[in-house]
Amino acid sequence: MTAAPVSAHDGDPATVRPRRWYQSRILRRLRRNKAAVFSIVVLILIGLIAVLGEWIAPQDPNKVELTSRLMGPSGAHLLGTDELGRDVLSRLLVATRVDLLASAQAVGLALLVGVPLGIVAGYAGGVTDAIVSRVIDALMTLPPLILAVVVVAILGPGLRNAMLAISVVIIPSFYRIVRASTQGARSELYIESARASGCTSWRILWRHILPAVAPPLLVQASFSASVVIVAEASLSFLGLGARAPQATWGLMLNDASSNLTTASYLIYPPTVMVALTILGFSLLGDGLRDAMGRQTTDGGR
Amino acid sequence: MSEPTLSVRGLTKTYGARPTLLRRDPHRLTAVDEVGFEIAPGQTLGLVGESGAGKSTVGRLVLRLIEPDAGTIDLLGTDLAALPRGDLRRMRARATMIFQDPYTSLNPRMLIKDAVAEPLIMHTDDSRRVRHAKALDMVRRVGLTAAHMERYPYEMSGGQLQRVAIARALITDPAFIVCDEPVAALDVSTQAQVINLLNDLQQERGISYLFISHDLRLVRLIADEVAVMRRGRLLEKGPAVRLFDAPEHAYTRELLAAIPGRTPRARRFTGGRSEPVGHER
Ligand SMILES: Nc1ncnc2c1ncn2[C@@H]1O[C@H](COP(=O)(O)OP(=O)(O)OP(=O)(O)O)[C@@H](O)[C@H]1O
Ligand SMILES: [Mg+2]
Repeated sequence: MTAAPVSAHDGDPATVRPRRWYQSRILRRLRRNKAAVFSIVVLILIGLIAVLGEWIAPQDPNKVELTSRLMGPSGAHLLGTDELGRDVLSRLLVATRVDLLASAQAVGLALLVGVPLGIVAGYAGGVTDAIVSRVIDALMTLPPLILAVVVVAILGPGLRNAMLAISVVIIPSFYRIVRASTQGARSELYIESARASGCTSWRILWRHILPAVAPPLLVQASFSASVVIVAEASLSFLGLGARAPQATWGLMLNDASSNLTTASYLIYPPTVMVALTILGFSLLGDGLRDAMGRQTTDGGR
Repeated sequence: MSEPTLSVRGLTKTYGARPTLLRRDPHRLTAVDEVGFEIAPGQTLGLVGESGAGKSTVGRLVLRLIEPDAGTIDLLGTDLAALPRGDLRRMRARATMIFQDPYTSLNPRMLIKDAVAEPLIMHTDDSRRVRHAKALDMVRRVGLTAAHMERYPYEMSGGQLQRVAIARALITDPAFIVCDEPVAALDVSTQAQVINLLNDLQQERGISYLFISHDLRLVRLIADEVAVMRRGRLLEKGPAVRLFDAPEHAYTRELLAAIPGRTPRARRFTGGRSEPVGHER
């Protein structure tokens, strides 16, 4: 019988500080990426507006004041008023929450459907994969706008139904990414090693496959969020999304476009918010993609 | 004579489509062809052969990580082929595998302590504290330290990672381990340390090994019996001493002749105990 070998170098203190999540390599890399930090700051600010919108809005966003219609920016109305005399700044702030929530719903629903399908299809392969993939392919052949029109025609107009349509449109992008990365992870030796240790399929999917799938998924979710913001704006602009008097960036753009010659200042606030949000999500997506790039043994600490 | 830990008969595995009346798969290949052997408790069977001989396939088959086409596998007194999925999964606490490449056989996103403790989640009701305490004991037993517990695989050397893989395999106190070229990815000095560790653990715990390797020098350090494979078939099998000193099959003689600088038979590279690993970082 031999004694346990004793290490010559490493001290073996009884307690070693456990790692915290914020010490992760991904966050460390993300912090060093200026564009990513900028995007996070922008998104946090937009998020704060979304949370606080109602309280920081100087006036009731829906208060119609026909005596002060289409007035340019002034001390009383910092961003002016629209054609019903409503305060543009207040509407803009309140619309932020509506837009972010709507886009979170659309992305969330698409994740909820696309991720399990992708993992199951990628892990099971065979007939399951063939069937699910064909259905998703069929979804992808539908032109997004026509799909949205059909959904709205069936379910009636409104932001929620428009988001449902967009959700259906972006499901395939999640499905494909998850399926591909699951297929990649499935053949990794550590998956076989997990099976050899007696891990259940559930544990393998949850603890080994999902973490491998998460990075590209997060990147895709970030990009999708910006797509959804644009889609909301477009659909609401076309009258397929949010309905008056609800305040969304798309509806505000719609209002602005009908008064473009007389009150061009109306077009800027929603445009800037949409642009900033898209920029934020896109830069975050880029930053995450770079930060989560393949880990190497030496670089990227 | 006690019952063998593992007894295999007529083990066969074919890859590629089964031939039909109309079509034969030109890539159809019998990777393992009617292989049979036994491993006694506390003994090591060395499985040698050239690349593509079917050694890894045998290793996976005897644990039913892949399904055999034919043959019987009697592992620890149970007929493996007849075992339902749930029982097969529980069986993996008693019979498991160590893989060739420790860089890819450990999940890169898992801390070492979680990788080592993971089998306990599947096979015991231990609390998180108990699991990590056991993992720490095991990690120390294979020559690593508490500091290594908080690392990710990319922060460790190959030799250290293979020790982690060994700790992970041993934490459920198995009676049988398939070691599929466990040191092939390591440099020579580290190879000796890991082999010695495996030898020590075997003597401590009475584990049986199926030790797969294409390197006869390593096999003679650890194996009690040796089986030689070629193109899916078992050519020759016998006590290591006899096989090395008086090989019967021409192919075995060829393999032996290929060893550079054959030295007299020795169980170990060094003396009676495994090397400390402090310098190997
Ligand atoms: N999943 C598979 N599908 C098809 N053929 C396979 C598969 N796995 C292994 N083979 C084939 O079976 C044969 C035996 O492979 P195996 O991995 O068992 O060889 P080995 O003796 O372990 O070789 P090495 O020393 O290179 O690891 C090879 O010809 C290989 O190409
Ligand atoms: Mg092999």
